[in-house]
Amino acid sequence: MSPHDIYLLSPEISLAAVAFMVVIADMVNGPKRLVTGTAVIGLAIPLLFTVLLWGEVSDWWSLLDPQIGEQVGYSLPALYGTLAVDRFALFFKFLFIGSVGLVLLSSYGYVERFAERRSEFHVLIMLSAVGMMLMAAGTELITLYVALELATLPLVALAAFGGDRRSSEAGLKYLVLGAIASAVLLYGMTLTFAFTGSTNLESMALVIGQAAAGTTGDFGGPLLAVGIVLLVAGFGFKIAAVPFHGWVPDVYEGSPLPATAFLSVASKAAGFAVIIRVFFTAFESLEIDWSLLFAVIAAVSMTIGNLVAIAQTNVKRMLAYSTIAHAGYMLVGLAAVASRTVDGVSIGSETLLFYLGGYAVTNLAAFFAIMAIMERTRSELIESFAGMSQRAPWLALALSVALLSLTGIPPTVGFMAKLFVFGAAIKADLAWLVAIGAVNSVISAYFYLRVIRVMYLAEATDDAKAPRVLSLDVSVAVTAVAVIVLGVWPQGLLEIANRAVERIF
Amino acid sequence: MLTATVFLPLAGAIAIMVLLGNNPRGVKWFAAAIGIAEFVLSIIVFVKYDSAVGGFQLAERFDWIPLMDIQYHLAIDGLSAPLILLTGLLGLAAIYSSWSVATRHKEYFAWLLVLQTAVMGVFAAQDFILFFIFWELELIPMFFLISIWGSGRKEYSAMKFLLFTFTGSAFMLVGLLTVFFSVNTFDMTQLVEMDLNNLILPSQLVFAFFFIGFAIKLPIWPVHTWLPDAHTDAPTAVSVMLAGVLLKMGGYGLIRINVSMFPDVAVDAAVPMAILAVISIIYGAMITFRQSDLKRLVANSSVSHMGFVLLGISSIGATAGNLSPIGLTGAAMQMFTHGTITGLLFVMVGVVYDKAHTRHVPDLGGLATRMPIAAVAFIVAGLASLGLPGTSGFAAEIMIFLGTFPAYGAITALATVGVLLAAGYVLWMVQRTLFGPQRERWEYLTDVSAVEAVAPVLLMAAILIVGVYPAIVSDVFRSGINDLFPRLME
Repeated sequence: MSPHDIYLLSPEISLAAVAFMVVIADMVNGPKRLVTGTAVIGLAIPLLFTVLLWGEVSDWWSLLDPQIGEQVGYSLPALYGTLAVDRFALFFKFLFIGSVGLVLLSSYGYVERFAERRSEFHVLIMLSAVGMMLMAAGTELITLYVALELATLPLVALAAFGGDRRSSEAGLKYLVLGAIASAVLLYGMTLTFAFTGSTNLESMALVIGQAAAGTTGDFGGPLLAVGIVLLVAGFGFKIAAVPFHGWVPDVYEGSPLPATAFLSVASKAAGFAVIIRVFFTAFESLEIDWSLLFAVIAAVSMTIGNLVAIAQTNVKRMLAYSTIAHAGYMLVGLAAVASRTVDGVSIGSETLLFYLGGYAVTNLAAFFAIMAIMERTRSELIESFAGMSQRAPWLALALSVALLSLTGIPPTVGFMAKLFVFGAAIKADLAWLVAIGAVNSVISAYFYLRVIRVMYLAEATDDAKAPRVLSLDVSVAVTAVAVIVLGVWPQGLLEIANRAVERIF
Repeated sequence: MLTATVFLPLAGAIAIMVLLGNNPRGVKWFAAAIGIAEFVLSIIVFVKYDSAVGGFQLAERFDWIPLMDIQYHLAIDGLSAPLILLTGLLGLAAIYSSWSVATRHKEYFAWLLVLQTAVMGVFAAQDFILFFIFWELELIPMFFLISIWGSGRKEYSAMKFLLFTFTGSAFMLVGLLTVFFSVNTFDMTQLVEMDLNNLILPSQLVFAFFFIGFAIKLPIWPVHTWLPDAHTDAPTAVSVMLAGVLLKMGGYGLIRINVSMFPDVAVDAAVPMAILAVISIIYGAMITFRQSDLKRLVANSSVSHMGFVLLGISSIGATAGNLSPIGLTGAAMQMFTHGTITGLLFVMVGVVYDKAHTRHVPDLGGLATRMPIAAVAFIVAGLASLGLPGTSGFAAEIMIFLGTFPAYGAITALATVGVLLAAGYVLWMVQRTLFGPQRERWEYLTDVSAVEAVAPVLLMAAILIVGVYPAIVSDVFRSGINDLFPRLME
């Protein structure tokens, strides 16, 4: 590992270092603020490095040996080409760092429930984020697999962190099903390796490109076809798409809320990062085939997720099915790959990145608001939110904004995200998929608005107060305001997403 | 100018939520002040629009989301200018007819004002996405207004309204994205001049997507079932807004998008549209006869009256020699006049309900002696609703018949039955509520107060002025229709 590599991997390395600082902060027995404070403020370091690297690959400055920069353009290879530092990976690094920061900030009060394991909670989230960052950067199958395990294992521990029966069940379920998914994934990787003789995505692309030249509809032969389908299954588990969604409701319900929030946002984004990277690089020449595969999964995910969500009475389970449905909407963006224009700017993946960012903000807002509301209700049942507009008007408003965004009603970012993704799909001649997606939005309106209805219409059943936790209030406010701001002015995020995908694919 | 007109109510809503205290009087008067200012603005916009010049005027635009080619683009033409005026008028009437709202004033008036912004935006937006955003924005305030301040099965009705409209807009979204990715612009002022016959989907299908969205809103049989429920359970002011301007969004969309952008398909679809229109007219009128609830009665009559709008639009199917812009102008006129007439009817039903606490027609009777001023307004609205000459209702319906008769004589003749039926149910309603034997139980009723009289007086004035001199509005509509008409002649 050269100094050069250390610089290119500085976000990951510094994030891991901050995690160890948190452990040390816990050992000195200082005030409890110290742990959260170290973690949240410490995140500034990986954030700074990510900004530095973004500037590096955008040619704003060059702290590297200039020659290297010129040779490889906008994607800098690190660690013998197993990882890539490009704007695509950096986009996700921003997303992960932001999610970690907000989740940790919001859970300041929540971690009282397991106070003696306060620092472990922080460390696990941060280490998982390190794994996710490597997932976004990986350009080689073995690296991707290791990164994926690094991201998943801390999440298993986090799921079981609540300590009660439900939480343990969640942890176990995630572990076992995750292991199966990993096995499937590994088998898929083996098969594609057998076909291509390489684990490097670029080299794989060369072999597949030659083998698949002129053929469509057969994934370049049975061996590769099985491999790709197994890869889809393995990654489908990460992004919670049907039919690989069996773990989602139970794990969401059993895990502590901040862990669920992190899982629903970061883990899903990491899964999509890998999918985009692998399929757009290695299997690019087969895009017509896998585009259809993803389109079908998208349709099924949206429909099943939304239909089952209607029946839920537990708000966490409802959001679990909602996240399945949203995996479907995102896959619409992925399936719209055929909408690529000649100059290499892919409108499909750019809208998908926008969707991921918008979904992260929206879902975090929803989870934070629910976290704050549940401090008052001590219940996860939707009906317990009754009269929240009177008990806690700002929280009710924030949750309503988040839910409207999940439904896709303007002026929220959720609307813009759906608009862009559906637009890309229309352009890719997937009007049938957009029609299914649009109908699904209507179905989803029913259960999202039911929560709003309970909060604004039903009479409050009790009036338990909760102590104000400033950090949680700030997290709710920041995310809810961001939902509106990005909904009114999406250009900024869209521009960044656009930069993130250009010149890679 | 247009930006101010569109966003003033929204600013007012935010001010109510953030700045004002919980004093109901203060909130009401503040909302009324915003309503008056907005009405004045809408008059100014209407007057500033020069119908002699035509085309799109008062445009305001800047690049909003350049990467997707989405613009912030407001402008009005002859079609939207009167509807802006109508929205300003009814917005004010709605605020004044909300004086008796008893709970959660701040939220109520805030939502009412947000609603007004949404509707204004729909009529002023000339970018497809902006149009769609305003279109969707109207859902949230309506959902809250019906489900919190409504009566009866209010939550059911609110959800039904929302799901119906949202379904329609889902279709619209597919349609407008298809248009965009075929011709690469969201600019509605350009789209009306383009040839949209070769899209990535068949243009008939895209036409159908838009038609479904707007037909649900208008509403047209068989997708009208949300309307009686929403109207009946909504608070008075919301019924006024719903009947007065929200339904017009459907008619406006049909003319602005279906007819203007897809003239060829629209001409082909004229006969089915005329048939749907006649079914709506007659079915709506017959259902109205069966109602004993005043509000449900007025609500169902809207289905019938909105059928006339579609009938007027279908006049574009006339053969070349007989084609004239009068049918479309009549359809637009019908939207305007129905807004004022049904708005007034709902205001008066609200007044009666506030005082008598019942809307059950058989229970009422002899109210005219107890509340003469209210009775006058009620009767004016009723007569205008059945299309008596001298009221605005007559002017609109005669224009529609003049436009459609050359195209389809039989269908038009059938539609006139709707007018007859309207005379029946309106007179029957007026007779049974206002006249007949006086009842002791209504001894205590008092006439309208000064505040309550504001909305009826405004709307009566509009009905009579337009009735006596329809050209005030119809000339403006005419200029808008004339702009799009050459394309129909081809």
